[in-house]
Amino acid sequence: MKSLAELKAIRDKARAEIDLRKENPNAARVLVGMATCGIAAGARPVLNAFVEEINKRGLTNDITVTQTGCIGICQYEPVVEVEIPGEEKVTYVKVAPEMVPKIVNDHLVNKNVVTEYTIGAMKSN
Amino acid sequence: MRELSLNVMDVAQNSVRADAHLVTVTVTESDKNDSLTISIADDGCGMTEEQVNQVIDPFFTTRTTRKVGLGVPLFKLSAEQTGGSFSIESEVGKGTCTTASYVKSHVDMTPLGDINSTISILIRCNPDIDFVFTHQTDIGSFTLDTRELREVLEGVPLDSPDVLEWIAQFLEENTQIIYGGAES
Repeated sequence: MKSLAELKAIRDKARAEIDLRKENPNAARVLVGMATCGIAAGARPVLNAFVEEINKRGLTNDITVTQTGCIGICQYEPVVEVEIPGEEKVTYVKVAPEMVPKIVNDHLVNKNVVTEYTIGAMKSN
Repeated sequence: MRELSLNVMDVAQNSVRADAHLVTVTVTESDKNDSLTISIADDGCGMTEEQVNQVIDPFFTTRTTRKVGLGVPLFKLSAEQTGGSFSIESEVGKGTCTTASYVKSHVDMTPLGDINSTISILIRCNPDIDFVFTHQTDIGSFTLDTRELREVLEGVPLDSPDVLEWIAQFLEENTQIIYGGAES
């Protein structure tokens, strides 16, 4: 069973790492739209897929995953915005969990936007 | 919504936006009584009586990005379509409590779904807010109180990866027990 004693060990370990995290102004942000529209369209498994992929690659200090509200393009939900400091924000639309590893690998790690998943590609179709 | 846990995630956002410091989510289910009740209580800014009457109207929202607000109406519908009930109690400056009661065996009952995932995401995305989650079944109950975790963590944020992992496993293990699964 998970115990509070175990949590104490996590605390002590985390203390050593926290300074690193605070000193990372270049952390990228993944914002998943989680208003009624996003949730209904399946945003929760998408958010979980990002968390999983980022954990798997040990990038938790470099990328934060969080939720955002409705940005008014409900027909394109689940919507994910990727913000990398110094670069233009990219909006991915109709994101499915299967698309997440590619976005993490190509865009967040290798800095190549996955153009075919972006709102620009969707609108021009 | 395909799962009630998604309604919970949605409606809990209202508490977040109401500047709540503490959000209490309680799920009480009983096969004996054929019932499931979900309540979401917060200590946020609250609403006037007039606003309470408005939020159940899908065409009311305080947002400016769009003209509809479906969170509360969908939650209400999910309960009423099972022959259950729905209520909102709110007081300006005190907070809001939303309660939905379901008849579990009704053909239009939406499954509760992955409520633990909802709680984990709420904590991950709002690490400065405290959450108290209680889940009760006929077999037993458990509570996750982030205020207790914070006391142990002494300043280490709740959204640290290892803490989130601990929370996810805590929820999973306890859920297994109250659903009568084997204790690992």
